Amino acid sequence: MKRIYSIEDACIGCHLCEVACITEHSLSKDPVKAFLHEAERPISRCTVEEWDDGVVSISTNCRHCDEPDCLRACISGAIRKNAQGVVRIDTEQCVGCWSCVMACPYGAVQRNLKRKKANKCDLCPDRQTPACVEACPNRALVYREGSQK
Amino acid sequence: MNYVIVGNSVAAVGAIRAIRTLDQQGTITVISRERHNAYGRPLISYLLGGVITEKRMAYLPEGFYEEQRINLLLNSEVVAVDSAGKKVRLAAGECVPYDKLLLATGGDPFVPPIEGMADKDRIFTFTTWDDAAKLKGIAADINRAVVIGGGLIGLKAAEGLNLIDKCVTVVELADRVLSSAFDRPAGKIVARKMKANGIDVITEDTVVRIEGEGGVISGVTLKSGDFIPCDTVIVAIGVRPAASFLKGSGVEVNRGIVVDNSMRTSVEDVYAAGDVAEAADFFSGDKNPMPIWPDAYIQGDIAGTAMAGGSKEYEGGLAMNSIEFFKVSTISMGVTNPRDPSEYEIHTYQDIQNYQYRKIVLQANRLVGAVLVGNVDRAGIFSGLIREKIDMTPYKESLMLPDFGFINLSRDIRNRLFAPQGKAADSGRAERAAGH
Ligand SMILES: Cc1cc2nc3c(=O)[nH]c(=O)nc-3n(C[C@H](O)[C@H](O)[C@H](O)COP(=O)(O)OP(=O)(O)OC[C@H]3O[C@@H](n4cnc5c(N)ncnc54)[C@H](O)[C@@H]3O)c2cc1C
Ligand code: SF4
Ligand code: SF4
Repeated sequence: MKRIYSIEDACIGCHLCEVACITEHSLSKDPVKAFLHEAERPISRCTVEEWDDGVVSISTNCRHCDEPDCLRACISGAIRKNAQGVVRIDTEQCVGCWSCVMACPYGAVQRNLKRKKANKCDLCPDRQTPACVEACPNRALVYREGSQK
Repeated sequence: MNYVIVGNSVAAVGAIRAIRTLDQQGTITVISRERHNAYGRPLISYLLGGVITEKRMAYLPEGFYEEQRINLLLNSEVVAVDSAGKKVRLAAGECVPYDKLLLATGGDPFVPPIEGMADKDRIFTFTTWDDAAKLKGIAADINRAVVIGGGLIGLKAAEGLNLIDKCVTVVELADRVLSSAFDRPAGKIVARKMKANGIDVITEDTVVRIEGEGGVISGVTLKSGDFIPCDTVIVAIGVRPAASFLKGSGVEVNRGIVVDNSMRTSVEDVYAAGDVAEAADFFSGDKNPMPIWPDAYIQGDIAGTAMAGGSKEYEGGLAMNSIEFFKVSTISMGVTNPRDPSEYEIHTYQDIQNYQYRKIVLQANRLVGAVLVGNVDRAGIFSGLIREKIDMTPYKESLMLPDFGFINLSRDIRNRLFAPQGKAADSGRAERAAGH
């Protein structure tokens, strides 16, 4: 399946992938509205980590694992892997127990504390290429066929 | 191939998926004592507390059993296994033959004899959907409840009852609640939060007598002599592997059904997985029951794979719990409370007032355990580091950082996990995952 990979050397620490992710998962899909006017700002599914004032940075994201630890740990059955291999959370079904947060070795599940729901990369069901990948100004994120590793 | 699975919960589901990955043709019969399709057992307290509706108890997508072509026998208890004749006997008398048998019967609540309990009406256990439904059914009639046992199930029952405005007292024999998964400070934080929400927690004491007239409970007397008035008692002392039906089958049962790293029991073509099984521990390799949901799924997956002719090795059970009480998140994993601390390197940070606590346990420079209270974000990174036995010598300092992440580890590790193929060498996990 196609996955998002991250090239550390190319990452400039701009966090635009996070902005794009938040925008894509907002109601309006408009960055200004998403950040300023919508009642709830979504939480980014990708996480940019920085070290040494941003000298080192990398955008980390869900691997859509072959044997997802998040899915195995989920006590409600909210996490499923579809026929294409995409691992998604059914937000309605999620009870906010954070078992997936405990289990995911990639740190790729976020907690939406306001709604008490877990949050993770869905590979942007409405798009051909995930929003984060398209937004990266230095092509530090690539979307291509590959294994989970 | 004719597969029979006893039990219809998470271990069974892990096995069904694994079998169907390798064998589309075989017949799979699933036999369960309960009347429900697989459901989120840990959700029964949410159901009792009115946090979720019955619809959300369903663990599987609609149509799962049809799609996987499962012959589902609900309301059917297996009372014996004839391993020579390769069949199981149901309570109704009927026999079901098998080629490969999986025992995924989970745990039964343990109820010790307590003076005065014999004729009382309102003594319950709390491990099934129907247990929760029963309590919910009489909820209007409950005023005060006593929960015996301050482990996960006891506290969950207490929380459920508290959410529907019942007065609850938890009585725990140990010096703190959740003593198996948590250390003292974490247990204290949870107890403090429960008290702040109106649940009474009594430790280092136990119920010695249930008082009352006829079927009606008036209260309980504790070992210390204290009397607690109540009308309902929940016994949540623990669960025992549900293996009593195996008498005479030849299947070796110690504390649970003893299995190897493919979930094979001592008898050919008979496998066991989940709470009923006693498999190798991640660290010591010693066989222990590991009654947690994620491990039941993993064991089910390994068993199903082996039953269908594949092979996958069990890495050993790693204890892990994520429990949220009254909005305080807690996650614990691995070794949290070593018996001999001198062999370990332990780092802690605590801010009890704000319900924040972090404990990291290392042994020979490898991460072996963690307790997180409050900020539990990305806790799974720790579980990955434990499983991969990464040498933490260069990164120890950063482990206590609230936003600890991959950036604190080596570039090589980051590349292995996130870089495009060809950019970096693959690691052990990838090799193991290959072919699935
Ligand atoms: C209230 C509560 C909260 C919990 N919370 C958590 C949590 O937050 N996190 C976590 O990791 N774990 C939690 N657990 C534990 C978790 O539910 C178990 O580890 C998990 O359900 C084990 O799955 P299993 O498939 O092995 O067996 P089970 O879920 O126990 O299912 C076994 C099934 O087999 C059936 N069965 C037994 N004997 C027979 C027989 N002879 N014939 C036919 N059928 C039979 C049983 O009726 C049952 O339906 C909780 C448990 C409870 C009770
Ligand atoms: S959330 Fe984590 S465990 Fe789940 S598929 Fe993504 S990377 Fe894998
Ligand atoms: S937080 Fe939600 S998605 Fe994550 S394990 Fe719990 S129920 Fe499943």
